[in-house]
Amino acid sequence: MTSEPILSARGLVKRYGRVTALDHADFDLYPGEILAVIGDNGAGKSSMIKAISGAVVPDEGEIRLEGRPVHFRSPLEAREAGIETVYQNLALSPALSIADNMFLGRELRKPGFTGKWLRKLDRGAMENFAREKLSELGLMTIQNINQAVETLSGGQRQGVAVARAAAFGSKVIILDEPTAALGVKESRRVLELILDVRGRGIPIVLISHNMPHVFEVADRIHIHRLGKRLTVINPKDYSMSDAVALMTGAKAPEEPVVA
Amino acid sequence: MKNSLYATAFSALAFGMILSAPAQAQDVSACLITKTDTNPFFVKMKEGATEKAKELGVNLKSYAGKIDGDSESQVAAIETCIADGAKGILLTASDTKGIVPAVQKARDAGILVIALDTPLEPLGAADMTFATDNLRAGELIGQWAAATLGDAATDARIGFLNLTPSQPSVDVLRNQGFMKGFGIDVADINRIGDENDPRIVGHDVTNGNEEGGRTAMENLLQQDPTINVVHTINEPAAAGAFEALKSVGRENDVLIVSVDGGCPGVKNVAEGIIGATSQQYPLLMASMGIEAIKNFADTGEKPKATEGKNFVDTGVALVTDKPVDGVESIDTKEGMDKCWG
Amino acid sequence: MSEPHAAPRSGSDYETVLTGSPATVAAFDTHEKGALQKVQHFLHSSPAAVPLIVLVLSIILFGVVLGEKFFSAFTLTLILQQVAIVGIVGAAQTLVILTAGIDLSVGAIMVLSSVVMGQFTFRYGLPPTVAILAGFAVGAFCGWINGILVARMKLPPFIVTLGMWQIVLASNFLYSANETIRSQDIAQNAPILQLFGENLRIGGAVFTYGVIAMVLLVALLWYVLNNTAWGRHVYAVGDDPDAAELAGVNVRRMLISVYTLSGIICAFAGWTLIGRIGSVSPTAGQFTNIESITAVVIGGLSLFGGRGSILGMLFGALIVGVFSLGLRLIGTDPQWTYLLIGVLIIAAVAIDQWIRKVAS
Repeated sequence: MTSEPILSARGLVKRYGRVTALDHADFDLYPGEILAVIGDNGAGKSSMIKAISGAVVPDEGEIRLEGRPVHFRSPLEAREAGIETVYQNLALSPALSIADNMFLGRELRKPGFTGKWLRKLDRGAMENFAREKLSELGLMTIQNINQAVETLSGGQRQGVAVARAAAFGSKVIILDEPTAALGVKESRRVLELILDVRGRGIPIVLISHNMPHVFEVADRIHIHRLGKRLTVINPKDYSMSDAVALMTGAKAPEEPVVA
Repeated sequence: MKNSLYATAFSALAFGMILSAPAQAQDVSACLITKTDTNPFFVKMKEGATEKAKELGVNLKSYAGKIDGDSESQVAAIETCIADGAKGILLTASDTKGIVPAVQKARDAGILVIALDTPLEPLGAADMTFATDNLRAGELIGQWAAATLGDAATDARIGFLNLTPSQPSVDVLRNQGFMKGFGIDVADINRIGDENDPRIVGHDVTNGNEEGGRTAMENLLQQDPTINVVHTINEPAAAGAFEALKSVGRENDVLIVSVDGGCPGVKNVAEGIIGATSQQYPLLMASMGIEAIKNFADTGEKPKATEGKNFVDTGVALVTDKPVDGVESIDTKEGMDKCWG
Repeated sequence: MSEPHAAPRSGSDYETVLTGSPATVAAFDTHEKGALQKVQHFLHSSPAAVPLIVLVLSIILFGVVLGEKFFSAFTLTLILQQVAIVGIVGAAQTLVILTAGIDLSVGAIMVLSSVVMGQFTFRYGLPPTVAILAGFAVGAFCGWINGILVARMKLPPFIVTLGMWQIVLASNFLYSANETIRSQDIAQNAPILQLFGENLRIGGAVFTYGVIAMVLLVALLWYVLNNTAWGRHVYAVGDDPDAAELAGVNVRRMLISVYTLSGIICAFAGWTLIGRIGSVSPTAGQFTNIESITAVVIGGLSLFGGRGSILGMLFGALIVGVFSLGLRLIGTDPQWTYLLIGVLIIAAVAIDQWIRKVAS
C-alpha cells in the first residue's frame, strides 16, 4: 500500500464513565480496499466505528478524511462528508417502496412549476435512478421498484441498503454485520455484492463476526483488542485460527502494525 | 438543617390548626356538588348558592364532575364533604342511582342531603329534592303547542329531540309531559317510545347541544319531511334543529318548543325561532337549598315537600310572546329578566 | 423462500454445495400465490380498498332496505354534511396517526378556535376576518406545543395530547364562560363566520361549503402525502423513526410540523363547525376526538403509524355516517349504531393485522 489512506484515525479515546471503550485507537482505510474489522465483544470496535461514522463524538483523537481533519457531530454530517453507513437494522422504512427508501431525505423534485410550487416529486426520475443503481449491482432481479421494502427478503433488503449507500457518490461505505441475519445463500449473494461495490472503486469497512466471510472478501483485517488496534494482518498470510487467537489474546502479534 | 425545617413546618401547621379550629366550629359549612362547573345552568346555581351562603354566613365549598356523567368525582366530593364536617350537601347527581350509597353514607354521618334539579332514584334517597317540575315543564309547552295549532293539532306531525339514548329521568319527564299536554296517550309514563299515536314521527337524541340537535333534526326530516311540531329537550338542541330546518327552507312553518329558559334561548323565543320555552330557576333552587341547610343546622328541622308533590317545586314558567288561552305564560321581556346563562 | 433447502451441510465445505443451487436469492418473489394471498397482497398495496368496499356495500344494503328514502341525492349528500366536521378533524388525526402518534386534543382545539373566532368578533368587536385569523393562530399554537412536547421532550403523544385536551377544554370554558353566541346574531353581524354553512344545490344534492372544503382538504393532503418529500417523510417517521433519522430525515422538525398542521386543520374545522351549527357553542364537539380516531381506524390506517391512506379515513367517516343515518331511518335504538361501530372498529384492526402479515 503506497497511497495515502482515504480515512484514518489517530489516538481515539472514548470513555463512558469509568469504562474506557477506546484507548488511543488508530485506524486506516486505503482507497479501493475492503478492510475487515474484527474483535471480541467489548473490544471497542463498535465504539470506533461509531466515532468514524459520526454516531459518537470521541473524547480525544483525530479523524482525517482524504487527509483533512473532520469532526462529525452526527451520522448525517458524516454522510454529507461521504461516509455512508449501512446499519445492522438497515435504516429502511418497511412500508415505503424501494425507490422511496433509496431517496429518503434526498428526494428529487420535478423541474419547473410543479416541482417548485407544488413541490411534486419526480417519481419517474427517482425510479429510473433506483433501477439503474440496482442493475449496476446486479440486483435488478427485483422486478418492481415500487414494492414495499417489507415484502423483500433479508438479502434483498441488504441489497437495497447497500445500493443506497453506494448510489450517491459516497467515498467510504461502512457495513455493520451485513450477513449476521442472513441465511447461507443470501450471505453468499451479499458477499458478492460487497465485491461488486469494491469493483466500482468504493472502499469498504466491513464489521463482522463471521471469520469465513471476513477471510473470503477482506484485503486486510484490522484486529481490535482492549480498546485499540492490536494489529492489521493480511488474510493470505494468516489462518482463521491465528486471527481468533490474536483477537482473544491467545497469541501476540509478530509485528505491531503492518501499514 | 433538615430537622429544623420539619420542626418549623410542623409548628406552622399546628399553629394554623389552633387558629382555624374555633373559626370552623362557629361556621355552618355546606357543599354544592354539580354535574359540571361549565354549563351555565350550574354556573347560575353556584352563583345563587354563593350569594345566599354569604348572606347567611354559611361556609360554602363547591365541587363538580369533570364532565356530565362523571359520577366518580361526585362520590369523591361527597366523601370530602363528610370528612370536612359539612352540615349539608346540595347535589345535582350525574348518576342518579349509582350515587345513592355515597349519599347514604353522608346521611348516616348526620348530613342533610338535598338533591337539586335532578331527583335521585329512588327519590327518597335524598332528604329532599329541590327541582323544576319537569313533567309540568313539558306539559306547559305541549298545551301551548296544541292550543297554537288549534284544529290542526289533530293531524300534526311531531318530532321529538331527546337527550341521550339512556333516557335519563329529566328526558322522560319533559318528553312525556309534552305528550300529556298535547293530548297524546303516553302509555307507560316512565318510558319514551312506547306510544302509538300516528302523529308521532319519531324520537332522536341530541346530547343536548346544537350539533346533536341539527343532526337529529336532519334524521327526523328524512323519516318524514312534513314534520311541523318539534319538541326539544333544551334550547341549544332547539337552535341546532332550527339550523337544520333552515337548510331545507322549513324554518317558518315548523313550531319548535323547548325547556330551560337560558338567556340565548329566551332571545330565540323573542325572535320567533323557538315558539315557547318552559323556564326553570336554578338560582332559586340553590338559594333555597342553602336556606334549608342553614335552617337544619340551627333547628334540626328538615325541609318539607311542596303540597301535593313529593319534592320542593322551585317553579316553572312558560315564556312566549304568543300567549294562548288557558295556558298561563310570561312574555320574553319578563323571561329575559329571569333568565340564566 | 420457496426454493428447496440446500443439501445436508457438513464440515467446512458446507458452502460448496451452493454452487449447484440457483443464485437467485435476491430475485423478486415470483412463486405461485393462493387466491387469499393475492387478496392480501392487493389490500396491502391499496390500504383504502377495504373501507371503500365496506362503504359501497353498506350504501347498497341500506339502499335496498330503505329504497328512495335513503338512496337519493339529498340523503347521500346529507350524510356528507353530517360527517364534514369529523372528516376535517379526521384529516388532522390522520397526519398525527401516520407518525405513530395520536391526538386526543383535536376536538378541544377545534372548539376553542371556534370560540376565539366568535368571541374576538363579538366581545372585542374585531373584524371577523381578524378574529378568524386569531382562531387559526390559537389552533396552530396548541398544535405547536403538542409538537414541541412530543418531539423535543420525547413525551408520549397519548399523554401530551391527553393533557392538552384538558387544558384546552378548560381554557375554552374559562374564556367563554360557556356563553353561546346565537346563530341569528352571527348571521347579522359576522356572516363570514357561517361561510361554510352556505350551500350549492345541484338537483336534489346539497353540498355545503363545509362538505366541499372537507373533500378538497382530503384531496390536497392526499397529494401532499403521496407526492411530496414532506409527505413521504411523514410515512417514514411513523414507520420507523430511527431508520428515518439515519436515512436523513429531520424527525423532530417533521413531528413539530405535523402537530402544528394538525392544530391549524382543527382551527379550520372550528370555522366550519360554526357554519354547521350556526352558533358558537363552547359545549360542541365533545366527542370529536374519539369520532375522528374511529374514522381513522375504520379507514384502515394503522395506529402503529406509517401505513394507510387518508382516503381510507374519509371512507371510514362516511361508513359511520351511513350507518348512523341508515339505522336511524330504519328506526332502531341509537345504541345499535354504537354497537355496530364498535364491531367495525375491531374488525378494521383485525383486518389491518392480517394485511400486515404480508410483510413476513
